[in-house]
Amino acid sequence: MMHLTRHRLEVDDLLAEVQSPERGGTCVFLGTVRNDGDVTGIDYSAYEPMAVEEIERILAEAETRWPDARVILQHRLGVIPAGEASIAIAAAAPHREDAFSACRFVIEEVKKRVPIWKKEMHVDGSTTWVDPSGKPVAEGLRDR
Amino acid sequence: MGRVSVRFFARYAELAGCTWSHVNLDTPATVGDVIARIREVFPGTQAMPARPLAALNLRQVTLDAPVTEGDEVALLPPLSGG
Repeated sequence: MMHLTRHRLEVDDLLAEVQSPERGGTCVFLGTVRNDGDVTGIDYSAYEPMAVEEIERILAEAETRWPDARVILQHRLGVIPAGEASIAIAAAAPHREDAFSACRFVIEEVKKRVPIWKKEMHVDGSTTWVDPSGKPVAEGLRDR
Repeated sequence: MGRVSVRFFARYAELAGCTWSHVNLDTPATVGDVIARIREVFPGTQAMPARPLAALNLRQVTLDAPVTEGDEVALLPPLSGG
């Protein structure tokens, strides 16, 4: 499965990659574009070759920590309207505890390590780069 | 003198005015030296933080990482995936 896509994310496709009769617990995480204030959507961009390598490293680390688990993720790029998913992660393991843990590990590591950026799109046509540190990204641009 | 590819993303690409270029600098050099050269060649990038996130050949590195001829240095704004 491609880790980066410009198409709508399909949870069933991820489930098909991880589920099996010996894995009794499956956990799915979806990150969805919020309609904060006047945000109509988010334009996601990436340093694609590095993002793919980093995602593969994170998934390999997850499968080292939870050897009986199987984890997959897809991140969508391009303009995503509010209400649609930007990231989907599915983790399946023999028991739910490992499925939850592996899924949580992967989303937290993605946030810290994968070179992807989002630009919020507003009703009035303006755009704002999102800085998760909470600081304004440049003088004159709105604070997050 | 060595030639290093440089890549800019998101807001930093807007500051640099391009997404890809290269700089020449004396080697041996570090990622920090490349960034100092970038600030000279692309004045808009002086608005970047003093110590921006950087990647060398697709891996995040610290600014003291050594670079050699042909390497690719990428400047990464604060990550906001997910």
